[in-house]
Amino acid sequence: MGNQRQKVLVLYLSNSALDSNVLAWSIYDGTGKEAHTTGDSDVPPYASGLDALKAGWRVIQFPQLIPPYPGDEHSTSFYKHEFIFEQLEASDG
Amino acid sequence: MVDQKYLLNSKQMASFVSAGYLRFDAVVPDTINQAAMREFAAGVRGAPYGTPLGDVYPEESAVGRLLALPEVQGIIQSLVGPHPLFDHHAIHVRQANEAAAQHLHGDAVIDVRTHFDIQLMYFPHAIPLEMGGTLLVPGTHFRRINESDIGRYQNMRGQIPMVCEAGTLLALHHGIWHCGRQNTTGRVRYMFKIRLNPTVRQLRLWNTDDLADPEVERILSKRYPWSEDASARLDIMNRSKLWRFLTGAPAYDTDYWLTRVENTPDQQVEEVTA
Repeated sequence: MGNQRQKVLVLYLSNSALDSNVLAWSIYDGTGKEAHTTGDSDVPPYASGLDALKAGWRVIQFPQLIPPYPGDEHSTSFYKHEFIFEQLEASDG
Repeated sequence: MVDQKYLLNSKQMASFVSAGYLRFDAVVPDTINQAAMREFAAGVRGAPYGTPLGDVYPEESAVGRLLALPEVQGIIQSLVGPHPLFDHHAIHVRQANEAAAQHLHGDAVIDVRTHFDIQLMYFPHAIPLEMGGTLLVPGTHFRRINESDIGRYQNMRGQIPMVCEAGTLLALHHGIWHCGRQNTTGRVRYMFKIRLNPTVRQLRLWNTDDLADPEVERILSKRYPWSEDASARLDIMNRSKLWRFLTGAPAYDTDYWLTRVENTPDQQVEEVTA
């Protein structure tokens, strides 16, 4: 990556489609320009995963669709539709 | 016994089952809030896990007086019944200008009981948005996660920062996701939390006069903005299971979600047409 730094955007979508709505989000900024923490925003950065693509983010993870464990079909846990995006930014560091 | 007028009603209990918490704004009088601030700065003596709650705090202490308020007695009685056990308590402090929030978490460990503990959160002073306070995500209490495994979730639609007047109380289901938000003011923030374990079966412990109110089912069918399309339905099913447990009504359902998947008839055609 040379003198580039990675910014990571994690979007949790309402279903497995990339163009479905954003329900939750996290941002980690390797350039150090932004510092994000829990509960620092009530408004998602994009309405959908597709909107993040249109804004120049590169998707680097599509979540796999994994069937529920037998006997555990009605329990709920983590978000299932976690999409990870990146941007690379030049750095003088 | 707690006077019935201080018990929760069925709509409040349905809100607890749906959202995983209840909020009581400025329910604690200022004399107790002032005393609590002084005592919290010095520390509050606890007790071993499992001590009967009534044996933990001196009557004249701020926490003792808070727990003796009839409104608070009514909350405790309705949710965990008489004679709960003291699990533990903690004075949570967010220092002035503490920029990083806690990671989102559920307390203790993954806990899949239908029976539930409650945690009372007490905010002895006013909390503006810049001061935090505790961040809650309503409706997350059925999600099976272990403590801070959810720490990567920074923001969720529908999250609620506790902005409140002095003397506000929250009563939380043990499973709800929460964290301490950043405090960008120059003042220290306090929150006192106490966890209580039930010693009786949690069955119709509240004022059930309004149990048949149609508003109850509407509350139990609520969808939360953070929830995925599909798993939101599962959360409603899990609420119905808890409502069955609390009311003793084994056939209760919201929107037919449970009844449909429980329908496995064994009757022969001849028996139906006879």
